[in-house]
Amino acid sequence: MPSLLFCGPKVAACGIVISVWGVIMLGMLGIFFSAKSAVLIEDVPFTEDDIRNDKNPPQTIYGLYTQVGINCFIAAAIYVAVGAVSLCQVRLNKRQEYMVT
Amino acid sequence: MVELFRSEEMTLAQLFLQSEAAYCCVSELGEVGMVQFRDLNPDVNVFQRKFVNEVRRCEEMDRKLRFVEKEIKRANIAVIDTGENPEVPFPRDMIDLEATFEKLENELKEINTNQEALKKNFLELTELKHILRRTQQFFDEMEDPSLLEETTLPLEPTEANRGAPLRLGFVAGVIGRERIPTFERMLWRVCRGNVFLRRADIEEPLEDPASGDQVHKSVFIIFFQGDQLKNRVKKICEGFRASLYPCPETPLERREMAAGVNARIDDLQMVLNQTEDHRQRVLQAAAKTVRVWFIKVRKMKAIYHTLNLCNIDVTQKCLIAEVWCPISDLDSIQFALRRGTEKSGSTVPSILNRMQSKQTPPTYNKTNKFTSGFQNIVDAYGVGNYREMNPAPYTIITFPFLFAVMFGDLGHGALMTCAALYLVLRESRLLAQKNDNEMFSMVFAGRYIILLMGVFSIYTGIIYNDCFSKSLNVFGSGWSVRPMFDPRVGGNWTVDLLENTKVLQLDPAVVGVFKGPYPIGIDPIWNIATNKLTFLNSFKMKMSIILGVVHMLFGVSLSLFNHLYFKRPLNIYLGFIPEIVFMTSLFGYLALLVFYKWLAYDVFTSREAPSLLIAFINMFLFSYSDSGPQLYAGQSVIQSLLVVIAVACVPCMLVVKPLILRRRYLWRKNLGTQNFGGIRVGNGPTEDEAGIIEHDQLAQHLDDEPEACVEEEFDFGDVLVHQAIHTIEYCLGCISNTASYLRLWALSLAHAQLSEVLWTMVLHIGLSFRSFGGVPVLFLTFACFAVLTVCILLIMEGLSAFLHALRLHWVEFQNKFYTGQGFKFLPFTFDSISEGKYDD
Repeated sequence: MPSLLFCGPKVAACGIVISVWGVIMLGMLGIFFSAKSAVLIEDVPFTEDDIRNDKNPPQTIYGLYTQVGINCFIAAAIYVAVGAVSLCQVRLNKRQEYMVT
Repeated sequence: MVELFRSEEMTLAQLFLQSEAAYCCVSELGEVGMVQFRDLNPDVNVFQRKFVNEVRRCEEMDRKLRFVEKEIKRANIAVIDTGENPEVPFPRDMIDLEATFEKLENELKEINTNQEALKKNFLELTELKHILRRTQQFFDEMEDPSLLEETTLPLEPTEANRGAPLRLGFVAGVIGRERIPTFERMLWRVCRGNVFLRRADIEEPLEDPASGDQVHKSVFIIFFQGDQLKNRVKKICEGFRASLYPCPETPLERREMAAGVNARIDDLQMVLNQTEDHRQRVLQAAAKTVRVWFIKVRKMKAIYHTLNLCNIDVTQKCLIAEVWCPISDLDSIQFALRRGTEKSGSTVPSILNRMQSKQTPPTYNKTNKFTSGFQNIVDAYGVGNYREMNPAPYTIITFPFLFAVMFGDLGHGALMTCAALYLVLRESRLLAQKNDNEMFSMVFAGRYIILLMGVFSIYTGIIYNDCFSKSLNVFGSGWSVRPMFDPRVGGNWTVDLLENTKVLQLDPAVVGVFKGPYPIGIDPIWNIATNKLTFLNSFKMKMSIILGVVHMLFGVSLSLFNHLYFKRPLNIYLGFIPEIVFMTSLFGYLALLVFYKWLAYDVFTSREAPSLLIAFINMFLFSYSDSGPQLYAGQSVIQSLLVVIAVACVPCMLVVKPLILRRRYLWRKNLGTQNFGGIRVGNGPTEDEAGIIEHDQLAQHLDDEPEACVEEEFDFGDVLVHQAIHTIEYCLGCISNTASYLRLWALSLAHAQLSEVLWTMVLHIGLSFRSFGGVPVLFLTFACFAVLTVCILLIMEGLSAFLHALRLHWVEFQNKFYTGQGFKFLPFTFDSISEGKYDD
């Protein structure tokens, strides 16, 4: 069976930490963007035209908010995957340790 | 409870150890780790002490063990650490241990020499094997007549036997590959081109038996004619440390020799394997016990070293030791002595006798794993004087708090708390791992400090309403834009105005715009306001001044407890009181003004609120005419009074105290008595000790002694200069230290700005995409954001905030009450030995 182990214990631990943090923070950001938080307005990529040419005033901006929120959720999901892979690596590393000693 | 705030009460005691029980008693004391031995023969040379022979034997054993350990490490065998703490062996067991180690060392040395010899042999044979194999090729080429012609070309044409087939001599050998170019050049120059060198690299590296390194070598063969050249070539080979091997001339002989060499190599390989196996077995057996042996030997050495500090009684029946020990632990020390006596089988008990002494005892603060980090912070500045107020208990709260004021961010605080929680919760496992990394052990030692710093940062983060530079709007902002458009309540905004202006300012005077303060911390609306910095700077600056004044006033008040404890009333009346009056009347008043200004002005009157800074400066200049409106009625009178009071405090501190001291001295001298009843009060260190002595039961015996001690010479000039320095330092210090607390504001501003920059420069890129194309970018930028947050904001900024908090404690806080000129209690203990950390 080819070994699925491709990184050492330290990299795997680092991956777990970053992905836990990423899932929590990106998930929260996603929620806040979906809730149209005013504090995050600077991070929403709207232009002058979005305000001027809006037929139903805040809807275009709200649409952008939702889009960014969805992006955040997808990125959080990727981090879930990264975390799962890192967890597997940690397990494999542990098994390797037992096998050596 | 009092023990927490001051160092332990210490006493000097004499130990009378029966000579047969001394060893066991000292070993028990070492296990308890509560006594500090004093050197009773400081003028005796190390080599003239009683137990020098035993110490030397222990050192010899230690050396042997180190040799064994080195061999174990070289063989890549792990030393087994069971965490067991072996008892100290009896002195009579020393011979056994010595014999064991001697045997082990000799065995290892023998194995090593044998192995080396075998390896050398093996190397020679392998080289010979390679020579035979490679040279065959050269000889085959030489048989070729055309090549032969070429080789003879440089020879002299007048040579006699030109027509006959040449009888060329040759030498073959092995040389290090890196030496070849110089070797070749040297041969060519010395022999004037009359030799022919062929070489071939040996592919696999060979092991050098002496150093164990892998070296690359080459086989060479040199053809020449005549004996003179032969001698020269041999000399050069010797000079280049090439090993020459005899090589038979005929192919048949060569083949036979090769077969013989191969057979010998096989035999040798087998012997070598067996030797290596044996060596491994010996080392593995040693690796199991070497740690326990080390601890035993080092404990023995420590005991003999300690016994060397003792005084030997004239009768040689007992050893007398003088020790410092905490009074609260006298019972456990007595108990240890009894155990030691029993263990040695002696019938006469060892005696502990408390003594009176004029010497300053060492400072001993009992700590646990939580407080030790904070005590270390204090001790790094200076070990406290004996029984002085210990700042460590207050540092436990103030240090993380001041750190957090500079590091206020909910997100960063939470990350720091998580990291510290990991260290704290996995404490025992991490301790067992014994990580040698210096950085890691430093962080690990401060894990409780980091934990508190993280928790406090979360708190200040909530107050600043900052989480990775964004605000959290939990309770709903108190500000509203809508009333600004309503002309009925005074709003003057219109849609046209919005079209044409970039930035508009909300007016809290309009009803409904400001509905009251946010329940906790800063209103989140400020996070997107353009004048956020103006608002936050004013808030943070005032906050740092208030915190600083409170912190320093607290420090000054602690000095009162020192004066009370050491019974120095003069220092209270002429030191503490003027000091605290000086500071409160100037900077305490400033802090009060800050609160007053916050409370007294509302949205309608805030326009005519005077600047506090100008008002404070004018307070010293007594100028009240041209500075505009006053803060409150009667301000000029009160402020003038305060300045006068503050100035009046200066001469109190500066001259009155030395004058009183001088008068008292003269009075006492005129009276001519040394023992002035019991009402004599002063502030020298001798009186403090006298006070302690009075409490001791044994003081009666030594009543006559104080008369013997000479009254300290009183130098008025000296005292005056000293007092002047102290006063000037304090008064100027009040101003500069208050200003110094502004670093709280500066650092917290820097931290907030840096985290905002990080957000807009990194994470913002990932967020500002209008399509799903932003997902991979967001994924990558978040990883960058996380790494940079940890490296720059957590580690770098955290270190800088830590250093500034350290400075605020050492300089601004502790110089108000803490002398820090004591010396540390260093008990005789086996702890460091059994943990494996060893330093002589």
